[in-house]
Amino acid sequence: MSSDSVNAGKDILCFHCGDICKDDSINIDDKKFCCRSCKLVYEILQENNLCKYYDLENQPGNSPSVRSNIKYEYLDDEITKKQMLDFSDGKISTATFFIPQMHCSSCIWLLENLYKLDSGITHSQVNFPQKKLVFKFLEEKTSIRKIAELLDSLGYEPLINLDATERKSKQKHIKSLYYKVGVAGFCFGNIMLLSFPEYLGLEKLTDPEFHKLFGYLNLFLSLPVFFYSSSEYYLSAYKGLKNKIINIDFPLFLGIFTVFIRSVFEIVTQSGAGYMDSMSGLVFFLLIGKIFQSKTYEAMSFERSYKSYFPLSVTVIKSVNHKTIPLANLKVGDRIYVRNNEVIPADSILFRGEGNIDYSFVTGESLPVQKVLGEIIYAGGRQIGSAVELEVLKEVSQSYLTQLWNSDAFTRVKDSRLVSFSNAISKYFTLAVLTLAFASAAYWMPVSFDMAVNVFTAILIVACPCALALAIPFAYGNVMRIFGRNKFYIKNTNVIEKLSKITSVVFDKTGTLTQSTKSEIVFIGSQLDYNQLILVKSLSTQSTHPLSRKIFEFLSDFEIIEVKEYKEFTGAGIVGTLGNHVVKLGSESFVNDVQPLSRMTGEVNSSKVFLSIDNDYLGYFSISNAYRQGLSELINNLEKDYELHLLSGDNESERSFLKSFFKDPLHMHFHQSPENKLKYIKALQNEGQEVLMIGDGLNDAGALKQSSVGISISEDVTNFSPACDGILNSSELSKISDLLRFSKDSVKVIIVSFALSFLYNIVALFFAVEGLLKPIIAAILMPVSSISVVVLCVVATNYLSKKRNLK
Amino acid sequence: MSVIVVLIGVSVLVALGFLAAFLWAVKSGQYDDKYTPSVRMLFDDNDKKEENNN
Repeated sequence: MSSDSVNAGKDILCFHCGDICKDDSINIDDKKFCCRSCKLVYEILQENNLCKYYDLENQPGNSPSVRSNIKYEYLDDEITKKQMLDFSDGKISTATFFIPQMHCSSCIWLLENLYKLDSGITHSQVNFPQKKLVFKFLEEKTSIRKIAELLDSLGYEPLINLDATERKSKQKHIKSLYYKVGVAGFCFGNIMLLSFPEYLGLEKLTDPEFHKLFGYLNLFLSLPVFFYSSSEYYLSAYKGLKNKIINIDFPLFLGIFTVFIRSVFEIVTQSGAGYMDSMSGLVFFLLIGKIFQSKTYEAMSFERSYKSYFPLSVTVIKSVNHKTIPLANLKVGDRIYVRNNEVIPADSILFRGEGNIDYSFVTGESLPVQKVLGEIIYAGGRQIGSAVELEVLKEVSQSYLTQLWNSDAFTRVKDSRLVSFSNAISKYFTLAVLTLAFASAAYWMPVSFDMAVNVFTAILIVACPCALALAIPFAYGNVMRIFGRNKFYIKNTNVIEKLSKITSVVFDKTGTLTQSTKSEIVFIGSQLDYNQLILVKSLSTQSTHPLSRKIFEFLSDFEIIEVKEYKEFTGAGIVGTLGNHVVKLGSESFVNDVQPLSRMTGEVNSSKVFLSIDNDYLGYFSISNAYRQGLSELINNLEKDYELHLLSGDNESERSFLKSFFKDPLHMHFHQSPENKLKYIKALQNEGQEVLMIGDGLNDAGALKQSSVGISISEDVTNFSPACDGILNSSELSKISDLLRFSKDSVKVIIVSFALSFLYNIVALFFAVEGLLKPIIAAILMPVSSISVVVLCVVATNYLSKKRNLK
Repeated sequence: MSVIVVLIGVSVLVALGFLAAFLWAVKSGQYDDKYTPSVRMLFDDNDKKEENNN
C-alpha cells in the first residue's frame, strides 16, 4: 500500500521524512534515509516496537533538528518550570506543549504512545487542530526538560512560549456559545411541540384548561431563552448605543424584547397564544450563525509580538562556566554566548568571534552584515557561522527593535473608521421601522387603543431583522472557510469587509516579493569545466561570507579538494592555492587588478563575485534575490484596480528591476526603517486611502498593525509571523488579486441577501399593518425567510469562489 | 385527559435529560477537539487486532 508514491519518481525518498535522498548510502533493513538523524529516529522507534508509525501514513516523519544538549537546559530552572506546568502535586504533573510539526495521523499515534519511550510519562493526549500535546508525567522518573528533548529527538520540536495565556479566553467564549445554543434549542423544540394545537387550529376542540397549561409552559420555557441565550445581543446593543452606534443587534433586541413582552401579556390575559416559538427559534438560529462565524484557526496566532520571536533562554558566561538562564533574567553587562543560527536577544557589543548577522527578518536587508569586535549588534539578528560572545548593552525590552512595540499603533485597538456595512444599514433600518411603527400606532389610536398596541408591537416583531442578522455570519463564515482552503487564514470575519474596501496595496520586498531562503545564481563569462567548478567550490567552503556560502550551496553537487595558502581579505575577496592552481574569488578590483574591465550594464539588481584562476579572468557569479513565482501576473492584475507601493528595508540595488512592476518611482521606497514604514502607511491613510499591507518580517510589524488590513506572508503558517489580520501561505501570493476581488463579491452577496430579507419583512409588514399576524404565519415566515437567506449566502459565495478560480 | 399532562411532564423531563447530557459534554471538553478523536478511534481498533494476532 505504501509503494505507489515511492515508485512514482526515480528519486529515492527518505523512508522517514519523505525528502529526496542524495544517494542510498544511509540505509538500514532495505530502508533508505536522507540523513543520519532520520535514521536515528527510525532506530529509536524500531527498538521500541513503534514501527506502526510508518504503516499509518507514508513517510510521516520530520527530520529532527541538530541536537544540542543545552537547548532545553532552561526548563530545569524552577521559575520557568512552574510557568510551563498546568498542574502539579509534586509527584504527578501535567503540562502542554505546542508542536507545530504534527501533521498526520501517524504523528497523533506516536505522540499518544510516548509512554512506550519514556516510562515516566503516564499519559499523553493530542489536540490536533490546536497542535497541542497534553501530557502527565511522574516527577521522580522524568522531567519536562527530558520530555522536550525526547520530542526534539523524534523530530517534534516543541515550540515553547512562556506567555501563552493567549487563546484561553477565546475557548471560553465558544463554550458559552455552545451552552446558549443548547438551552435555546431545547426550549425551541419543546415550545414548538406545545404550540402544535395552535398551529393546527385545535384550540377550540381541546379543553381550555390545556390551553392555559400549554401557554404557561411556553412562558416558562421561554424564560431561559430570553434571559440567558440571547443575553449577548442585549449586551452588544447596549455597547453600541454607548458608543452612539445603532448596530444590527439593536433592532434584534427590539424585536426579541417586544415579542417577549407581548407574548407574556397574551398568555397571562388569555387573549392569545403568544409568539414564544418564533422568538426562541430566532435566537436559536442566530446563535448557530454565531458559531458558524466564529471559526478560528486555533493553531495560528495573529497577536504575536517580538517576544515569541526571541529565544526563551540565553547562555550566559559566568567566569568560565556557561549557564543557560531564562531571557527575562538577562541583565545589562552580562556576557552571552550566541551560536550559529541563534537570535541575538538584546542590543549588545561584539566581544569575541566574528559577527555575521542576518537581519533579513528584522530590517529587510537581504544580505547578512559582517560585524567586527567592539561593534554594536542590534537585537533580533541571527548569527550565521561560528559562535560569538557578546556583552549586553541594553535590557531586552529597551532594545532598538522592541521599541517599535511602544508606538501607539500597538497600544490602541485597530482603527475602526470603516463602519461595517451591516451597522450602516441597521441604523436606517431601525429608524424606518420605528417611524413606521409609531405612524401606524398613531393611525389606529383614534379607532381603538388595543388595535394600536397590537399593530405597534406586530410591526416591531416582524421587522426584527433575523434574516438580515443571519446573512452576515453565514456568508462571511463561508468566505472565511473558502479563504482557508486557499491557504489564506484570516483572524476573523470583519477582515473580509475591510478587504473589500482596500484602495492601495503596499508590499514589503525581502521575504515577501522575494523568497527569503533562495537566491538566483548564474555564472556569466567563459564556460567553466568540471575541474574548475571543483576548484571554485573548494575555495568557497573556506569562507563564511554570505556570498561564498551561496556559491557553495549553488555548487552542491561537486566534491571538495584541499586548499593551501588560503587568505581572506575583508571587503575584497578570498584567494587560495588548490593543487597547482591559484584561485581568486571576490570583487572586481580584487580579482582583476591588472586591467579593470568595463562595467557591465543591466544586471544592477544583483551582487557579483568575480573569479580568476591562475590570474586568468573567467567571469563572475551574479547572485540576485529570487522573486516569487507569478509576481508579474499578480502586479498586472492588481494595478488596474489598486494603487501599488513598495517599502523595503533593503538597499536600492534592485530599483531598476522593480521599476517594471511599480511604475511610479514615488511609490518605491528603500532603506525604510520599521518606523518609516508605519509612518508611510499613516500618511496614505490620511490621504483617505484604505491600505492593505503585505509583509513578512518584524520590520513590517508596525505597518501591518497600522494598515486597514495587514497580511503576513509565511512559508509555514505555524511559524512565527508578526501580529496581523491574516496569514497567507507564500505559495499563494499570486492569488492575492483573486482573493481581493472575491471579498468584493462576497459583500455583493450580502447586499443581495439583505434585499431578499427586506422583501420578507415587507410581506410580513403587510400582514402586521392589517392586524392579521397570526402565530402560524409568524411561525412559518420566520424559519422560511431565515433558511432561504442562509442557503442563498452559502450557495452564492461558493459559486463566486469557483468563478474566481479559488478552491 | 390528565394522562396528557403526565406525558408532557415525562417528555419535558426526557428532553431535560438530553439537555443536561449536552451541557455536560460541552463542559467536559468533548467539543474542544472535533478532529483527533476520529483518528484516535481507528488506532485503538488496530491495537486490539495486533494483540489478538499475537
